[in-house]
Parts: sequence; C-alpha cells; structure tokens
Amino acid sequence: MNRLVVGPFNRVEGDLELTLDIDDGRVAEARVSASLYRGFEQILAGRPAADALAIAPRICGICSLSQSMAAAAALRALTGVNPPPNGESAANIAHAAENIADHLSHFYLFFMPDFARSYYAGEKWFPKIEARFKAVSGAAAGDVLPARARLLHVMGLIAGKWPHSLAIQPGGVTRALDLGEKMRLLAIFSDFRAFLEKTLFAAPLEQVVSISSPAALDNFAEGPGDFAAFLRLAKILRLDALGVLRLPLMSYGAYASAEGSLFGAGVFDPRSGEKRALPSADIVEDVAFSFLRESSPDPALATTIPDAERAGAYSWSKAPRLAGEPAETGAVARQAVEGDPLIRALLAQSAASNVFARVVARVMEIARLALAAERWARDLRLNESFCAHAPAPDRGFAVGRVEAARGALGHWVSVEKGLIQRYQIVAPTTWNFSPRDANKIPGPLEQALVGVEVGPAGAKAPAIQHVVRSFDPCMVCTAH
Amino acid sequence: MEARRPLNLLWLQAGSCGGCSMSALEHGAAGWFAELKNAGIRLLWHPSVSEETGAEVLEIIARIESGEEKLDIFCLEGSILRGPNGTGKFNRFSGSNRTLFELAASLAPLADYCVAIGTCAAYGGIPAGDPDPTDACGLQYDGDDVGGALGRDFSSRKNLPVINVSGCAPHPGWIMETLQALASGDLSAQNLDPLGRPKFFAAHLAHHGCSRNEFYEFKASAKALSERGCLMEHLGCKATQAIGDCNQRAWNGGGTCTHAGFACISCTSPNFEAMRNHHVTPKIAGIPVGLPLDMPKAWFMTLAALSKSATPARVRKNAEADRIVENPRRDK
Repeated sequence: MNRLVVGPFNRVEGDLELTLDIDDGRVAEARVSASLYRGFEQILAGRPAADALAIAPRICGICSLSQSMAAAAALRALTGVNPPPNGESAANIAHAAENIADHLSHFYLFFMPDFARSYYAGEKWFPKIEARFKAVSGAAAGDVLPARARLLHVMGLIAGKWPHSLAIQPGGVTRALDLGEKMRLLAIFSDFRAFLEKTLFAAPLEQVVSISSPAALDNFAEGPGDFAAFLRLAKILRLDALGVLRLPLMSYGAYASAEGSLFGAGVFDPRSGEKRALPSADIVEDVAFSFLRESSPDPALATTIPDAERAGAYSWSKAPRLAGEPAETGAVARQAVEGDPLIRALLAQSAASNVFARVVARVMEIARLALAAERWARDLRLNESFCAHAPAPDRGFAVGRVEAARGALGHWVSVEKGLIQRYQIVAPTTWNFSPRDANKIPGPLEQALVGVEVGPAGAKAPAIQHVVRSFDPCMVCTAH
Repeated sequence: MEARRPLNLLWLQAGSCGGCSMSALEHGAAGWFAELKNAGIRLLWHPSVSEETGAEVLEIIARIESGEEKLDIFCLEGSILRGPNGTGKFNRFSGSNRTLFELAASLAPLADYCVAIGTCAAYGGIPAGDPDPTDACGLQYDGDDVGGALGRDFSSRKNLPVINVSGCAPHPGWIMETLQALASGDLSAQNLDPLGRPKFFAAHLAHHGCSRNEFYEFKASAKALSERGCLMEHLGCKATQAIGDCNQRAWNGGGTCTHAGFACISCTSPNFEAMRNHHVTPKIAGIPVGLPLDMPKAWFMTLAALSKSATPARVRKNAEADRIVENPRRDK
C-alpha cells in the first residue's frame, strides 16, 4: 500500500486535494479535501436579511447567480411575496444562461483537455483530439470562448453583469425589459443556437433532444461535432465503466414557474431504478472529519465554527447526508429524476452512475436549456410587471432550494428582528465531494474512486482526472 | 528587429470565489487565450484552464523560485487569509504543506509586476467582512490601510507597488488592459491612483455615464426596486462615491449595475464589505449621509432643492414607474 497526495487538482473551480491509498495498482481508499475556508456563514450572520443577496452570490464566481437564486428563494419564502410571471421568467433565463455557460466551460475547458494529454499520445485518435481540445492552445477554445461570452450577454440585459449581480430579488428582477431588449435576448439565443448546431452538436437542437436511447446516441456518435467526438472516445476508453457510483441521485428541481418546474424535484435510486419524492427533512450535515466544531446536524439549527486543529479532520467541507446516506447531485441526477429516457437507460445498464452518464447528461442539458430559454424569452409579456415589491423579512425560518449547474443548492436561513440569525449553505459539491461521516461512510467521489486503476502513472493517471472532473466540482461552494 | 520574448504570467487563486477568472474569460472577440497571445503574454499556469496539474504545478513553482523560470507577471486572485493565528492554514496550497499566505509572499518579490486581481486580492474584500473569520487582507492593503500581506514597502522587481485591479468582479477589460499595458511597457507608477488602481478606470466615478443621469439631475428618485428613477436618494446607490468607469463600458455586452436597476455597492473600494442594507440609503434628518465625492454639502442641498422644484412632470412620473409612461415631447 502506498499513499499518493494529488494536488493542486486544477481545471476545477477552487482548491482540491486528493489522498489516495493505492494497493496493487488500484485505488483502495480515497480522501477528498477542500483546502480553503472563507467563513461565509459567519459573515452572513448578524446582517440585515436582504444583504444575503449581495454577500451569498460572492461565495462563487462560477455559480454566482445560482447562489442569488437560492438566497432570493429563501427570502421569498420568508416574506410570502409572489413574483409576477415575467420576474420568474427573466430570472430563469439568466439562470439558464449561467448553467449553460458552466456546462460549456466544463466540457471544453475542464474535462476534454485531459484526453489531449501526452499520456494518450500513442493512440490513433490522439492527433485530432489534441489539435481540437488541448488546454489553452486547442482550436476549440477559439470557438467556445466567444460563444460563451456572447451567451453571457444575457446577463448584461437581465442581471447588469456577471458574475455577482443584485438583479435577482425575492419579488422578481430589478429591471423591466422593453421590446428592443426582448429582441436582443432572442438574437443572443439565435447566435448561441448557431454555435451549438454547428460546433458542439453539428445537428439541430430539436434532433439532439429527441435522442432517447443508447442506440440512438451511438448513431449520433457517427456524426461530426465535438459531442460526437466525445462519444466515440468514451466508447473506446469505456468511460461508462469508470467512476461507477451506486448512490441515490438527488435534485431539488429547477426553473420553477407558475406552470411548474422545467426539471422536477425528487430522488432517483439507480440501484432500484425507482424515483421517490424529495423528503422535506432528512438532510443533515456531519462534521466528524471536517475542520469544524460539532454543532447541530440539522442545517436549520447549525452554526459553523472553524477548528483548524481538529484531530482526524481532513477537509473544510461538511458531510451532508440524505436519510443517512451520501447522495450524488448534478445534471445526471436532474435528468434521472425528471425521467429523461436516455439518462435513465444509461444508468440502468449498470444500475449506477458513471463518468459517461454524467457527461452525457450535462451536454444534453445544454440543448434542453437553450431551447427552454429561447421559449421563455419569446413568451415574456412586456406590458406586465417584472417585480413585485417585498417587505423586508422581520423574523422566521425558510429554506431556499435551487439547482446550480452542479446540482442541489440549499440555503437554510433564520431571521430574527430583521437580522440573519443563522445561515447554512449546502452546495452541490458539498454533497458530491463530502468527506467521511461519523459512521466512516465515504462521500460520493471517495466511493467513485475506489477500484480505479492508476497503474504506473500513479497520481498522473488520466482515469483519476476523468473521474474527478466528471462531477464538475465547484470547490469554492463546497466549503464556502 | 528582434522578436520580443513573450512574458510569463502566473495566476494563482487565494481566498477567492474564482469570479475574476470567470470575468477574464469573457474578454475579447477572439477569446481570452488569443488576446493574451496577441498581447505577448504566455500563460505559465492558471488554475482554471492550464493543462498541468498536481506535481507538475509544484514543479513550475519550484522552477520560478529557483530562478530557472522567469516570472514576469504574477496575478493573484482572492484575499490572503492570514488566520488562524497568523498560520495561513485557512488556505493551504493543495498538494503541498504551504499556505497561499506564505507562497504569495515568496513569489511576489520574484515578479517584475505583481497584480492583485479583484477587490479581495487588492484590499481583503468580502472574506474580510465582519467578523473577518479568517483574518483576510489584500496583497498590499488591509482595507484602506497600506501594508497587507506583503507590507507597505513592497515593490516588485520593476519597482512598482502591487497593481490593484479592484472590482467584485472587475470588468474583463480592466484586467486585460492592465496586463496589456504591462506587456507593452506603458504602465508606470504615474498611471496608478493613491490606492494602487490603474487610473484608466479609477479616475472616473461609477456614476459617470449612468443611464439614469436625467433622474439624478432632477433628484427624481426610484422608491422601489425596478423603478426607473435615480437610485441614490432611497435605494442605496453609491455610484457618485465609487470609482470605476462602469457606466462608460459595456458589461456583458451592454449592462451595468445601475442600468439593470440595482444600487452600486462600491465594489471597487476598500471596505465595501462593511456596508449594511445595500438597498437602503442611510439618512440623517431625511438627508443622505453619503453625498457625492468632493461636493460641498450645502451646495448639494441647495442644488437638490432647486432641481426638485424644477423637475418636469415627465421625469417625475417615469422615476416611479418600471417603464417609460410619459415620452419626451415639446410643449405646444
């Protein structure tokens, strides 16, 4: 048995370190560590409730607007304000733009460059993949960065800027769009669709979202486009057998409106193939292996107090548990819970999630969201209000739940005399990259790494890189 | 003429949200990587986008520290977390036993230029917000006190203090134009304001060019969010006190904070994290406490009273509506 420490683990958002115990060329045990603590929950406490809208987004530069949405959802529940349909739609359009941009950054900038590394230089497919996806210098970056920047022009219209906006409010958004602005939104989505249909999918979006079986996906893999190139690689490298994880998949549901949510909430268990409702309680956070003092496991009652010298601790992250178990969250969970037939079928093949299913779910979601956002923009009713006025909350407790690109994000907020009494944030990667809990049950990534072959490459083994990045971790959210 | 060697840029993240990197990635019609190349800058390593990972990164750092690799530009994003008890342990450099507090102090003196990207790296920023759980500060400032992690006497190899590209997050242009100006040799100490910020954006107020300008002139104010009027009197806007050419640039294709209908929270300034009630203007006896920079209070009051009395009905009505309810027209 030998021990490898892997870090700084880059092309993820934030600071990540792995400790791997290797036995006979395979990972026997993994420990995942978040190595940065900033103390946002301590900074939020004692401030006026509405100030969460300025502070919480700044937890994360990549899912800033998702943090806004969660804070606004909690304040909305506290004040009882009902945003008008335009307010919901405009917020959802901006949220979709952020989540699409994140999926795109993940695929092109974080995940694919690992296949362009010299480790694979002997493979027949290597020269083309290297030319296209090599970090920084690959040709794809020159396509995707301008397309991403153009998509984020949505933020200029709705959020003022990105990241870190105050536009998302409990009652809607802070600006009513006019006719010219609605047309500009539609033009952005047309431009972005053109990029997707030429470069990422090389097919009409309507055709992409109609892929509903693994056989249809295999068929799609024969075509041009960057997604098809990934699908072919995944087949050769058996990415469906990598990073296998048998845990409940959880989604809080996303893009809520009066007509219902685009993606529903719930828990899908790949082991049984069954979906159940999301329990309203049953979420706890454990700190047995965290650099934090013991506190209530209930996020509604917990306080966060750092303890850098805690014996046995190895991460600044807490360990969230759903009905006593770790849970995986992210696009694969969202699509499984929603009942997407392709993703359900990919999970059924091994009764588990894996690197391939995670990446496919994420890329397919880009197509679904681009179509939905286009529709929401078209349906804006410009003669109606975009914002209902909410009083400042005086006292109470609420949970704001949304889906960030990487999965389930919740803010547990208590307010007393107008001031935040307690603020607890459980972020998607807090779930996925949690440390062990008091029962010594490892977190999802820690489980998914067990059994992965590292061979002579040791810490540099690409399999490790693929498994870790398949979750699209956001470490700055994880420990906040 | 001899081709110039590209400048090596190392970008590290300390107590950061990564938002400044996300902002930089929005830059340029051909993409940020192409822009850097055009400017003659080689990305030695960046945590979000570079190929090298793990031990390879530690090797790059070792090469810089041994003098084998020249460090032309050192960019740091995020606050320096000095806690707990001065150990820096709140922010360990993954894969090593070093802290960012120690690592930044080791690398900064080796660089020709040292750039703080964002308000966190410049002054401390949000992590330094009360109760300042991690003892956060900037590279050369702790709030508006000079000093910070590197000390007041620090200067980089080319004899410049830390260059503070403040903002939360900064405009992508502020970041890139600063880097370009360093690469072209156009940035000197005269181009920095007293808090180390490049004057090309810091010599302006965020208020300059605000699309709510007419409402400001007439003190026709929005009373609730989403109304079109000036945000200064009631809704907490600090744009007349905050530096930045924010309203003279397009953010994400055409937005700005005030244009989108929410207050400027002065995110380019030291100590902006101390503010409470971002969308409420603090007042004494009905008069806003924070008046425009360098404007005598008596004059402001007199002019405000005068302009309020002269406000056209159109401006008054539109100020309290979420859309234009009365168009500009000439009285017959």
